[in-house]
Amino acid sequence: MAATATAAARMEKASDLIPIFSTKAWKLKTKQQELLIRVSILLLVYILAFMTRLFSVLRYESMIHEFDPYFNYRTTLFLTEKGFYEFWNWFDSESWYPLGRIIGGTLYPGLMVTAAIIYWTLRFLRFAVHIREVCVLTAPFFASNTTLVAYFFGKELWDSGAGLVAAALIAICPGYISRSVAGSYDNEGVAIFALLLTFYLFVKAVNTGSLAWALASAFGYFYMVSAWGGYVFIINLIPLYVMVLLVTGRYSMRLYVAYNCMYILGMLLAMQIRFVGFQHVQSGEHMAAMGVFFLMQVFYFLDWVKHQLNDPKLFHAFLRITVSSAVGLGAIALGVGTASGYISPWTGRFYSLLDPTYAKDHIPIIASVSEHQPTAWSSFMFDFHILLILFPAGLYFCFKRLSDATIFIVMYGLTSMYFAGVMVRLILVATPAVCLISAIAVSATIKNLTQLVRAKPKTSHSGSGKGTTGTKTSSKGSFDQSLPFQRNGAIALLLGAFYLLSRYAIHCTWVTSEAYSSPSIVLAARGAHGNRVIFDDYREAYFWLRQNTPPDAKVMSWWDYGYQITAMGNRTVIVDNNTWNNTHIATVGRAMSSYEDEAYEIMKSLDVDYVLVVFGGVTGYSSDDINKFLWMVRIGGGVFPVIKEPDYLVNGEYRVDKGAAPKMLNCLMYKLSYYRFGELTTEYGRPPGYDRARGVEIGNKDIKLEYLEEAFTTSNWIVRIYKVKPPNNRW
Amino acid sequence: MEINNAGATSSLRLLQICLIFSVLILTYFSPLVRSSSPPELRILSAERRVDLSSHIIRVSLTLKVENIGTSPASEILLAFPPTQVDHLAWIKADAVVGRRKKKSSLPLEVKPSTIEDGPNGTKYYSIFLVNQLGSSESVSVEVLYALTHSLEPFPVEISQSESQLVYYHDSAVILSPYHIKSQETSFRTPSNKVESFTRVEPTAQSGTELKYGPYEDRTSYSYSAVIIHFENNNPFAVVEELIREIEISHWGNLQITEYYKLAHAGARQKGGFSRVEYQSRQPFSGLSSFKHLLAELPPRVHSVYYRDEIGNISSSRLRIGSKKSELLIEPRYPLFGGWKATFVVGYGVPVQDFLFESSDGARYLNYSFGCPLAETVVDKLTVKVVLPEGSEDPSVVVPFQLEQRLEKKYSYLDVVGRTVVVLEKRNVVPEHNSPFQVHYKFNPIFMLAEPLMLVAAFFLFFVASIAYLHMDLAIRKS
Repeated sequence: MAATATAAARMEKASDLIPIFSTKAWKLKTKQQELLIRVSILLLVYILAFMTRLFSVLRYESMIHEFDPYFNYRTTLFLTEKGFYEFWNWFDSESWYPLGRIIGGTLYPGLMVTAAIIYWTLRFLRFAVHIREVCVLTAPFFASNTTLVAYFFGKELWDSGAGLVAAALIAICPGYISRSVAGSYDNEGVAIFALLLTFYLFVKAVNTGSLAWALASAFGYFYMVSAWGGYVFIINLIPLYVMVLLVTGRYSMRLYVAYNCMYILGMLLAMQIRFVGFQHVQSGEHMAAMGVFFLMQVFYFLDWVKHQLNDPKLFHAFLRITVSSAVGLGAIALGVGTASGYISPWTGRFYSLLDPTYAKDHIPIIASVSEHQPTAWSSFMFDFHILLILFPAGLYFCFKRLSDATIFIVMYGLTSMYFAGVMVRLILVATPAVCLISAIAVSATIKNLTQLVRAKPKTSHSGSGKGTTGTKTSSKGSFDQSLPFQRNGAIALLLGAFYLLSRYAIHCTWVTSEAYSSPSIVLAARGAHGNRVIFDDYREAYFWLRQNTPPDAKVMSWWDYGYQITAMGNRTVIVDNNTWNNTHIATVGRAMSSYEDEAYEIMKSLDVDYVLVVFGGVTGYSSDDINKFLWMVRIGGGVFPVIKEPDYLVNGEYRVDKGAAPKMLNCLMYKLSYYRFGELTTEYGRPPGYDRARGVEIGNKDIKLEYLEEAFTTSNWIVRIYKVKPPNNRW
Repeated sequence: MEINNAGATSSLRLLQICLIFSVLILTYFSPLVRSSSPPELRILSAERRVDLSSHIIRVSLTLKVENIGTSPASEILLAFPPTQVDHLAWIKADAVVGRRKKKSSLPLEVKPSTIEDGPNGTKYYSIFLVNQLGSSESVSVEVLYALTHSLEPFPVEISQSESQLVYYHDSAVILSPYHIKSQETSFRTPSNKVESFTRVEPTAQSGTELKYGPYEDRTSYSYSAVIIHFENNNPFAVVEELIREIEISHWGNLQITEYYKLAHAGARQKGGFSRVEYQSRQPFSGLSSFKHLLAELPPRVHSVYYRDEIGNISSSRLRIGSKKSELLIEPRYPLFGGWKATFVVGYGVPVQDFLFESSDGARYLNYSFGCPLAETVVDKLTVKVVLPEGSEDPSVVVPFQLEQRLEKKYSYLDVVGRTVVVLEKRNVVPEHNSPFQVHYKFNPIFMLAEPLMLVAAFFLFFVASIAYLHMDLAIRKS
């Protein structure tokens, strides 16, 4: 205290003595000022990206969301408890009973290892955090890091202004937030960071031709491969980009160095991930990259020959022979590889990306997942808002100043936009591209406008806002001076741009807080008096399973709940969200859609002790098993033709009331959902047995169970658990 | 071979001789040992009241003891059958001084006796009198004790709609090493639904009270087994394991975290659980189950949480009062017989309410020992007092016997670790909610260690940034 007091006194005395001290000494050079502003903006964006993702923690609690994150959480827990080798060799007998699952060989370990390393580091630094907190905050943390990468990427593509705008846009873009709120502990949370980092490093490598950046991008690619199956997008986009550069005559030594280093090292590194293994040389999805790799060698060879020959005519003849033989050789190799089965054909998921109708006809299990549905226009608008309009504008600017880097971002934007249209979840992949391209549009527009505004007194534009920006942009500054109301128009446009951007910020915040922050485990609704009502039935049921059933009990449920049952209920499940064995899922689907006695045989053969169904008839919760039931029938019927979809429909209509199909009214799923529901009055003024989710009175109120008994029903009836009775004594 | 054999036989004989001798010695001396003190006393009148209304059985025993021997007696023995002594959770004795209106009680020390077991494995507890009981003097002693796990559900399994019936085994006459001149026992059941009870005349039942006696002139160690079969729908809430962690921070907060393993120890649930019955026939369905528990927390409690391994449990209510705070916790599901639930309750209280400085400069924590949940039995209670980093010489003052040891714990930014005083006790009842003290020495300078570490870390970070900005690591100037 004393020290500060004297200091203040001295300051007072000094202020009148040397006024220069307070002004000049603290005045920074323009460059320093710019650095300070840039760093503080980035810091704020970094914090903002983290904070805006915490809505879910504030609204609900620090918990893991949805389905897949529970598996990731469970494996991370295992990793931190048992160590890496145990994790790598983990055979999980708690899922896919009786088959089990080799966890180490069937998952992308990047996310778990990342979280575990963060956890171990914090523990080492004596921060006594719980692994759950680390898992919950991993996605926001990586989202923050993504903003930094977006800044550097934008800087590489355009200028640091665009980089800053890109960082700010991506920090709050709903398309990205939907998969990276606190608690959404999924591969995508880390993978988008890895994806953007790989792209950035690759573009940097192409721009500089530096081996170091190419190496860095190979490592970025390795991280991406370890984190998410979406790495296939990288390994196809980059060759495509290289092809485009070759075709447009932009081949250079820089590109050669960057691609070869990145591809070879990236491939070798990726092979270390057990789930990926030798796919880079064996799977059809990765062949494009290899083809382009060989093409590059041919190209380089030709270049060298051309240099050696110094004779255009001879070279042309040589060119023809080499190109045709190379292409022929490649085609033969591919044909032989495919025919001999060495190169596997494209997988269903890959097909369904290229042809949106493929999954619907051939793989119902892919088509049944809501996030694999084709995207509606509204969700584009919801997730991108003004970026959807800015995106074409950004493309315009990119084409106007075409370079290796802008070609890359244009290709990334266009391809990912196409994929985003095919599948809802791939909006996520498109988001960074859309943000970057829109950022270019915003930055370029605002820069032009501010230059107009500031250029009023003089015609020279030496003092533009950003001191260090590229020299190429200054050509735009020399705008036609003769336009009337130019300055006012610019001001109006600037205000308009700020208005749009502020609307974007408001929209993003609203979407984040209202739509994307629900954990979907805990359901919240508004009560009659406007108060918040919490339905915590899922956890009630899972915790009941965990505490009050034998530890080796097997639980049968539809696959959606598999991960949650194993993670929260700590019990063995028959099928889970991994969906690797379609037949097994179809067996469960068949059991659910059969009559009770037939289902009992199936359940006995699978050693099932408990059956869990989700039922929304009391609360009006619509994503319950009755509404998913047709998919069970379809998937079950796909493998076991005994199950026929028309048996459950009346005139092609799906009903549960009196007019429903007799098979529907007596199948296991119907019985388990509506057992003793007919005695309950759900809504005042309605008959008992009124299903609030479907708004009808149920058709079969007198349900008797012979082989199962009710074991537990949660307080709002959302989860119902039945115990499979042991076989009757024969004597 | 032969030599070996011979050696074996000789050692066997030696053993035999030893055995015979030891038996001889025992038979010779044991009557002496026993006759040394007990028969000098006689109980003039005894009154026993057994409260069976909860699942913790509370017994109050009023004895009037007379010394009929010649030498003064300093201790009175209480006898318990071996089945009871394992379930004996808590015992307390008072000497009643004065008559009628001026009655006051004087606490006496009670300890498990060192005397060897009596007939049929009877175990003893000694009450130590403050003043020796002279010849032909008499004293009134009031003994209170609590038994746990002594109600045996029968039928063992009940369905959701049935109510719970339990057996209680005891003796109609008081087990005692002394001659009892006149005695009376009464059992209070929770309701007047008593299925059956053993009659040992005179026996009378009136309402919820079951009266055995008065019996006159019963010799020492008389026992007359009775079984009472009655309805008891009180929550049989048993905490199988409770770990209470009390973390002291001299920055102003006392953080308490309690890890519960709760179980319903009554008759097991038979068949399934029907929600529709539980909802619609509320007062009659699931009579023996319980939905919520009441925890009594200190006043000025803050940041209370209630959660389990899979997240927050939203069903709890907190009422903060000036004398005490009440936390009503509701497990995720109602607990039926045999069902279990685990959860964690945590809260903070201001440190000045519980941490004091003794005259010699040492600090001491004064906190309540037992489980804050009302009417629960704790099978195993572990209290861990986490002292601040840098504290020394911990010592514990507890009003009853328990095991203790020291541990180390690393929390936020700890370098040398915190000393943890671990206290373990089995079979804890609400009567154990008495304060205990942990004394330790602490130098306040240690409070600054962690902030200084943070300051240093930030300082180093900024220095490193400045250094980085002023460095040029490029090999080639571009």
